[in-house]
Amino acid sequence: MAVYEHAYKQYLGKLTPQWSRFLVIPRHAFRDVFRSKLFTAFFVVCFIPLLIEAILIYLHHNVNALAILKVDVRELIPIDASFFQTFVNLQASFAFFVTLFVGPPLVARDLRNNALPLYLCRPFSRTEYVLGKMSVLFILLSAITWVPQLLLFCFQAYLEGASWFIDNLWLASAIFIGSVVGILLLALLSQAVSALVKWRVIASATLLGIFFIPSVFGEVINNIFLTRWGNIISLGALMKNVSAGLFGTFIRTTAHITDFDGRVSREIIMNEPPLWASWFVLFVICAICLALLSRKVKAYEVVR
Amino acid sequence: MAVAATVQEQASLRDPANFAPVIDLNDLSVKFGRRPILQSLRGELRGRAIGLLGPNGAGKTTLIHTLLGFHPPSSGTAHIFGQDITTDAKQIRLLIGYMPERDSFIAGMSAVHFVRLMAELSGLPSEAALERAHEALFYVGLGEARYRSLDTYSLGMKQLAKLAQAIVHGPRLIFLDEPTNGLDPAARQRMIRLVREIRDSGKANIVLSSHLLRDVEECCEEILILKDGRLAVYCNLEEERKSNRKFLLLETRGDQEKFTTAIGELGCDYAITGDHRVKVVLQGGIEVRDLYRIASQFDVQIRRMSYKRDSLEDIFLKAMENGHGSL
Repeated sequence: MAVYEHAYKQYLGKLTPQWSRFLVIPRHAFRDVFRSKLFTAFFVVCFIPLLIEAILIYLHHNVNALAILKVDVRELIPIDASFFQTFVNLQASFAFFVTLFVGPPLVARDLRNNALPLYLCRPFSRTEYVLGKMSVLFILLSAITWVPQLLLFCFQAYLEGASWFIDNLWLASAIFIGSVVGILLLALLSQAVSALVKWRVIASATLLGIFFIPSVFGEVINNIFLTRWGNIISLGALMKNVSAGLFGTFIRTTAHITDFDGRVSREIIMNEPPLWASWFVLFVICAICLALLSRKVKAYEVVR
Repeated sequence: MAVAATVQEQASLRDPANFAPVIDLNDLSVKFGRRPILQSLRGELRGRAIGLLGPNGAGKTTLIHTLLGFHPPSSGTAHIFGQDITTDAKQIRLLIGYMPERDSFIAGMSAVHFVRLMAELSGLPSEAALERAHEALFYVGLGEARYRSLDTYSLGMKQLAKLAQAIVHGPRLIFLDEPTNGLDPAARQRMIRLVREIRDSGKANIVLSSHLLRDVEECCEEILILKDGRLAVYCNLEEERKSNRKFLLLETRGDQEKFTTAIGELGCDYAITGDHRVKVVLQGGIEVRDLYRIASQFDVQIRRMSYKRDSLEDIFLKAMENGHGSL
């Protein structure tokens, strides 16, 4: 089938290994994603907090710099679990907006254009397809969350010394697990929404709604029933709790309300849902997303 | 390079899998819910180009989809080049190219990008995929338009791009589902020419599903006709044409029943094909004047008489009437 021959020719060359074939999807998807200048600019902005984080770590260990800036080291935020947790949560918010831009069209575009039979008639399974589409988000979100966070953790360990590194190794696992759980949740949710809603704008709006509408309802429940169990339906609160649990900053009792009618009559203590409940709900959401994907990602929909 | 290819070709000739039928249907049945779509299909398809015919809803596309592994068989199975579709689906898909009936694209991509992606998904390394994508697009006649976005392609160009993605990885079996749908005569001719070229190259077998008998007649050596999910006919078109006796097509007016009964009594085979049309195969010793004699005897007018051979249309129509699996 050479251009000059104009004849049909079989391919007799080497084939790529089966395990790596799903990576073809993200490689081609990135070309489309970074074609948008707006997105590229936003993606660069996502690194600004990380730069600030790096500067703060550096300042903690550079006396000369502190002297020039006339800042006392005690005035700086301490580099501890809360420090890393704050930045992990901040990057998670950026990850959410990246997902809003990248996630919705991934599966929706293929479904709208009947492209699935073209993928699935090749030695390429439905699992590999979902894995490929998820890895688009996984790679992009990793680049702004746990990968730079772990590099900064290593930077801090390098400046602080080996003993700090050994004592705080658990922080590295908290950064990694917390970020990966968030990325998986975002990737699965956006893929499921993308598979259900074929229009990009509506899919983005739906994803936004899934995050914010239950949070509002959760807050209403919390305020009406004087509880914190409303957080169980808020994805943001669930992720925050899971992250706090991993970083060892989870406090179950979050609010005391003093019932006051001129005098103190009784104190109401509000407890956050237990950590296991947050993990369980996240697990259920991921399972539902996978079930939806398994229903929708098919070469052809069979009308029974 | 050429020596390596020859060695590989000779090795492939020694491979017993290469002598297996292209498609071997073993009691293949498919149900959607309780509704049977394909029922106990049996047969060994060995042709270089096999036409898949049948009225709408006969199960042509479902058969292709089942062979591609999109639908699981409810019972029975099928083998492609000796490999079971239920257990060796991935191995089979390495050997298959598929051009779907409906528009199937990835939006916002140029043709070369699209075909390259498809080649990479088939397992070709990136550079080889790019090279083959260019070659495939030139081969189908889209060389000059290969950098244009698929969204801007005409229907004919989209069909050609679909063909390019089906052949980019050099499959041994290509499923073409209604490849000439919506094409103007010139584009149709180009598509037919490409299909015939691939067939004649001897490097790939083709299964062409179509409801256009002319397309199948021009491209295929064998035909498989489906009716209500059952195998109505499977035959070699060329042999069938050769073995078909010439027959007389008569257009008559008058008492057709008495006329045809008398012809039957003479020992001739006949078939009533329309209100006033009768097909008659003359037996030895019977001549045309005998027909005139009988016609005059029953006061029947023979208004037109012509010699014909069975066309694919006749085979198809006969299959639709009988549907018993043979001619």
